[in-house]
Amino acid sequence: MLLYALKRLIYVLPVAFGVSVVCFMLVHLAPGDPLTAIMPIDATAEQQAQMRAAYGFDKPLPVQYGIWLFKVLHGDLGASIASGRSVASEVGRAVGNSLILAALATLIGFGFGTFFGFVAGYFRGSLLDRLASLVSILGVSVPHYWLGMVMVIVFSALLGWLPSTGAGPGGSTAWAFDWEHIRYIILPAFTMSAIPMGIIARTVRALVSDILSQDFVQALRAKGMGEGAVFRHVVRNAAPTALAVMGLQLGYLLGGSILIETVFAWPGTGFLLNTAIFQRDLPLLQGTILVLALFFVGLNLIVDVLQSSLDPRIQRG
Amino acid sequence: MTAVDLSAVPIPPAERSEGYWASVLRRLRRDPVAMAALAVILLLVLAAILAPYLAPADPFRGSMARRLRPVGTPGFPLGSDELGRDMLTRLMFGGRLSLFMGVTPVVLAFAIGSGIGIFAAYVGGWVNTVVMRIIDVFFAFPSVLLAIALSGALGAGILNSIVSLTVVFVPQIARIAEAVTTQTRNRDFVEAARISGASPLTIVRVHILGNVLGPIFVYATSLISVSMILSSGLSFLGLGVKPPEPEWGLMLNTLRTAIYNQPLVAALPGVMIFITSIAFNLFSDGLRGAMEVRQ
Repeated sequence: MLLYALKRLIYVLPVAFGVSVVCFMLVHLAPGDPLTAIMPIDATAEQQAQMRAAYGFDKPLPVQYGIWLFKVLHGDLGASIASGRSVASEVGRAVGNSLILAALATLIGFGFGTFFGFVAGYFRGSLLDRLASLVSILGVSVPHYWLGMVMVIVFSALLGWLPSTGAGPGGSTAWAFDWEHIRYIILPAFTMSAIPMGIIARTVRALVSDILSQDFVQALRAKGMGEGAVFRHVVRNAAPTALAVMGLQLGYLLGGSILIETVFAWPGTGFLLNTAIFQRDLPLLQGTILVLALFFVGLNLIVDVLQSSLDPRIQRG
Repeated sequence: MTAVDLSAVPIPPAERSEGYWASVLRRLRRDPVAMAALAVILLLVLAAILAPYLAPADPFRGSMARRLRPVGTPGFPLGSDELGRDMLTRLMFGGRLSLFMGVTPVVLAFAIGSGIGIFAAYVGGWVNTVVMRIIDVFFAFPSVLLAIALSGALGAGILNSIVSLTVVFVPQIARIAEAVTTQTRNRDFVEAARISGASPLTIVRVHILGNVLGPIFVYATSLISVSMILSSGLSFLGLGVKPPEPEWGLMLNTLRTAIYNQPLVAALPGVMIFITSIAFNLFSDGLRGAMEVRQ
């Protein structure tokens, strides 16, 4: 088990290295260099050169990468070009808010998704199955930023039950576990849960109908086991894969939350990315994406190791 | 009936693959859901192509006096937007850019990704390992994040949005292409062709492509729905199309201010994205079902 975890970890290191290269190159994709966008138009060539030297953009790319990587490994993601603040602390502040939203959305999606998946898998071919399948198709097809707008239209504009934007009363950006704050998370969390719900429902439906058609289920029934006990066997066999899909969905949601965070003005990493893009603040863009991608890589690793410890048959070579 | 009889007798590969596609088409035609989805897709494409002839108004000319009219106003069957432009007209014209920007990345990624995947799997060895490890790096980014990172760094624009989404889909298609090609490569008939002296190019062209393009194509069609949502999403964020160009994602964004006055009108561009995305998903599911029967 430990050996397998170590093997996966060694496999992940080159991927993490690749991720860092991609994130580094992001800044150099744009025409010119990261300073072109913010340089005053009337800056003389000498001033421009000075500024480039100050940010280290005058050195060859591999050297710049080396310096950047060294700093990143020491927890220094550079300074935001627009605000001058440390990127690491900006991301650190935002990532908590995103994590709460993504985790809650994953839980809601997992709850509804497994329910619909089980119903569809148990009553395969019935009207219930078709209804559940329809829900999962709608879940994976819906443009979630539009769903967010519709939720705001219905629950804020028309019914007036819930606030439409923000993370707390009075524009507060710090999260707290009280009703005043929970009110603000309900709409974005349910909107976000549509995607994992559809995917988890699909997965669980396939899993359940596959398990039910296996010989051991027939053997359990043949020896007179009640449906409730058979159900427990089905759950135990479906759990490792379903939980792994849930773990991956959390990563996808955290990385893909920018659209929903924009609709609901949720003060997380998506909102930070949005700011970075529109102020052409490339160090902030780079740092946020690096943190989110590395988080995703780490989550994949954890899911993989947990899954294989729950079910040793699925070890990847 | 003849197609069924033909499939039972052993015939040369080139003809058999034609029979296979004919039977896929036949099964697809019997699938009411897939056919309905195809009809919706064709309708959307036709409406977009014929927009200049069918649309009742000018998509760019508005009037401040007729802003945000509700659905069903005489002269504005689907209402008017925040600048007084006819919604029906703009939704029809919007389909042109939205469909183009959603489908193009998948088509490009299908060509590039299949090429990379088939090449890597056919050559095998360390080339395959290196290519697939590089592709693994791209899988370390959730697709939405990668799309936004790339187009955020490249800047707004139609071309940049298409390039970003193509880069997002190439690794996904290449991975499928590599897996399918490796499977096919180890089958007996490929070995037989090699022993009988067929050149690598002939083997790839006749024996590999005929067997792998189908599954890769089905996978690619399943990406169109995601691509539509993402490309409109980029425009929604202001990273794709620029105003006043009509595009569903951008229209949805500019109408966000109107959700309190005209909620129904504000939601319409999203309905179009939703319908398109469902139609492509259902069609792709039907296609997969029709192709999997004999595999």
